[in-house]
Amino acid sequence: MDRFVFLTLDGLSRGAVYAAFALALVLIWRAARVVNFAQGAMAVAAAYVAYSVSAATGSYWLGFLAALAAGLLFGAVVDRVVMRYVDHASPLNPVIVALGLVLLIQAVLGMVYGSEFRPAGTPFSREGFTVGGLALLSPYDLFVFAAVAVVVSALAWIFARTAVGLRMRAAAFAPEVSRLLGVNVGGMLTLGWALASGVGALAAMLVIPTELGLHPHAMDLVFVSAFTAAVVGGLDSPPGAVVGGLVVGLVLSYVSGYAGSDLTPLAVLVLLLAVLLVRPGGLFAPVAARRV
Amino acid sequence: MSERSDQGDLLVVRGLVAGYGAAPVLHAVDLTVPAGTIAAVVGANGAGKTTLLRAISGMLRPLAGGVQLAGEDLRGTPVEQLVRRGMAHVPEGRGVIGELTVDENLRLGGLWRRDRADAARALDEVYQLFEPLARRRRHLGHQLSGGERQMLALGRALVGRPRLLLLDEPSLGLAPRVVARTMALLRQLRDRTGLTVLLVEQNVRSALSVADQGVVMALGRVVTTAPAADLRDDADLRHAYLGF
Amino acid sequence: MSATRAAAPPADGAVDPATPPDLPRRRGNTLLRHLAVVAVAGLVLVGMSYALEPFRNFQLATVAAYLCATAGLTVLTGLNGQLSLGHGALMATGAYTVAFCQTAFSDRGVTGLWLLPVSLVAAVAATVAVGAVVGVAAARLRGPYLAGVTLAVAVVVPALTVTFDGVFNGEQGLSVPVEPPPLALGPYFPYERWQLWVAGAATLLALLLLANLVRSRYGRMFRAVRDDEVAARLAGIHVARTQVIAFVVSAATAGLGGALLAVLAQSVSPGAFSLTLSLFLLMAVVIGGLGRLAGAVWGAVLLVALPDLSHALTEQLTLSPAAAQRLEGNLPLAIFGITLIVVMLVAPGGVQGLLSRLGRAVSARWRARRS
Repeated sequence: MDRFVFLTLDGLSRGAVYAAFALALVLIWRAARVVNFAQGAMAVAAAYVAYSVSAATGSYWLGFLAALAAGLLFGAVVDRVVMRYVDHASPLNPVIVALGLVLLIQAVLGMVYGSEFRPAGTPFSREGFTVGGLALLSPYDLFVFAAVAVVVSALAWIFARTAVGLRMRAAAFAPEVSRLLGVNVGGMLTLGWALASGVGALAAMLVIPTELGLHPHAMDLVFVSAFTAAVVGGLDSPPGAVVGGLVVGLVLSYVSGYAGSDLTPLAVLVLLLAVLLVRPGGLFAPVAARRV
Repeated sequence: MSERSDQGDLLVVRGLVAGYGAAPVLHAVDLTVPAGTIAAVVGANGAGKTTLLRAISGMLRPLAGGVQLAGEDLRGTPVEQLVRRGMAHVPEGRGVIGELTVDENLRLGGLWRRDRADAARALDEVYQLFEPLARRRRHLGHQLSGGERQMLALGRALVGRPRLLLLDEPSLGLAPRVVARTMALLRQLRDRTGLTVLLVEQNVRSALSVADQGVVMALGRVVTTAPAADLRDDADLRHAYLGF
Repeated sequence: MSATRAAAPPADGAVDPATPPDLPRRRGNTLLRHLAVVAVAGLVLVGMSYALEPFRNFQLATVAAYLCATAGLTVLTGLNGQLSLGHGALMATGAYTVAFCQTAFSDRGVTGLWLLPVSLVAAVAATVAVGAVVGVAAARLRGPYLAGVTLAVAVVVPALTVTFDGVFNGEQGLSVPVEPPPLALGPYFPYERWQLWVAGAATLLALLLLANLVRSRYGRMFRAVRDDEVAARLAGIHVARTQVIAFVVSAATAGLGGALLAVLAQSVSPGAFSLTLSLFLLMAVVIGGLGRLAGAVWGAVLLVALPDLSHALTEQLTLSPAAAQRLEGNLPLAIFGITLIVVMLVAPGGVQGLLSRLGRAVSARWRARRS
């Protein structure tokens, strides 16, 4: 029972990160009908920026802020410089271009930083509080929850309550009509990419210290897990992405705790396939998924 | 293209050529709409009426010719800037965004305005003008009936307080009673606020009943421009181009 | 259903060498023509194997191994419109199978020239089985969903070698015992020349089968499904079955390619079949020109030549050993990535698309001059 409680809390903490990363995928999917396969690589790049800034200044928080800023910037640049010019007639094209970005970004990171694992610091202890001999959440886990909660609420507020959020939604649903109503559709798309990439950078900052450390491929498996989370929730649904992230986090934590951590990659694959074959629209979709 | 536009003309179209791909749909269209009047473009299916509106609002880049709004050349103006020049275009099928609520759709019409207070006032006026919308503020666009969507599209354009309103087939798919109400509303807006309207219609009778000026198009050209009343009475022209 | 269309340009007979020209040809003719091309290619390869130094022979053999995989992937993605990021994992399946077979033979002291073909066939069979499972799932998925699943396969499968390291020996991998060239070829027959013969023969056979397949009824069904699923279904094509067949064929060639790579390197390890390999394969077929077998050749050549060029380039520069190693390891990736993006933005037809456009322009001018 103790173990179950521990695994549940650990799974939720991990799931919060997947939720954030899945949310970033969903944001771009809704805005541009593109699954951004480069999001993992872009987020790692932002984490490396944080690494450099923290190494130069000695401050975790300056690095943290730098990662968020770099994430926003990378998203805007990828949209403005590359994605805008991709012919979207076939859905394969943006996917292939995103994969080209993956190769390019990982290569540049490898050239600049090398491909050894670098330790990533945390602002709070990862030692769990113990209650009656039972290790529970660590201060760092609480920080992860808080950071994800803040970002999710902020995004929800932006989209539901602000003028710019209304513009972004309108531009995504009906670009032509939105232009007639004075909405700068291209600008909204860039903003969507920037926001999503910023959230991705945050997720990378939160998850990398809990894994082996900073590495050009550090987010590969996280990407797959988050993609699974987004699919579990339905690619079109931001709340679904959050729930899906928590579900995937829990499943992986239980598999890792009861069956061995080596099996988690396989568990992700099985979960992804199971969801896609049984409920292709996601567990919360009222209708069948749009066949893309 | 150096002709000066008359002070009284809000919209001047000169030699407009536009189309999809290489083949033009519009062949050198000339058109003038005086401020504070309603012009109705009528003609058979495929005459180029919708293409004309799309070329005027810049959704379709003209191949040649020009469009002037209140004496200002619109060439090179991005589509999203046109509302700021006072032009509102209600596209074919009305463009209600089904995933947004009625209130969000309407607010979208005034988001570009700097004068937030007046935008809010305009929103209130539209709710007063279209009572059914006020009752369905929180409903999604795709939950509305055809008539309500018509109100929403028109109301959303009016929230921006346009000088020129481009309307594409407002009667499409609506009951005659609703069409009559819409036409009456256009006339009322013209008389009360000096709104200028360029209306494209298949429904020739109701369009000419409200318009000051009628423009007959066939195969991408303007065949005749005449006072709407004359067109209504000209049996030959009606037979030749309008089929009634 | 236009959304399921592949990135390949519309199948205009003149553009796409894999599409039958307008005039109906008899099947026998096509087969004969392909046999002739393969025979000539075989002769050229044998000639080259004597003309080139051993290292180049080895490189050419590696090109042949990659060519199996790229040819299969271009049929799947270009002709059938299914994007697979998992072909690296399928190659790994073939490679590990060959390792198991060869080890089993050598442990039992069995020898003979027939062993290697048997192992290769076993590798293809194993990959066909895996490909059928993935293919059945893939046939139900579209666009980004399919890409996501195959990406998961590419990331997860190499990790399995560590999970079950009792069988796969983890990151270390397995060695692949391969016999020396037969004595009949003489005592001083270079090993690399033998490698090229083996890989070349297997690859030419695979290409012959693929070329005939894409010209057959099945090839037409692949394209019909890619272009418009609804229309294909109305024309009586079983869409899901066609997609599974395409995936299985593609998996078979990928398995053969992986098996050949393992035989050439005489070892297998998960590092050789990472996600990056899958992305490389995709890059190779896109740059070569999606859906074109000739383009797959360009792609395979690039896969071997670019790292070689980048090695040569870094040797020219004066760098610290660490920096040189970083640059050499990552420069090809960067070049691949940029090329992939640029090709998709400016020349979605790839190298072979440019070449056939050029060829048509030249022949049109020639014809114009004659008339």
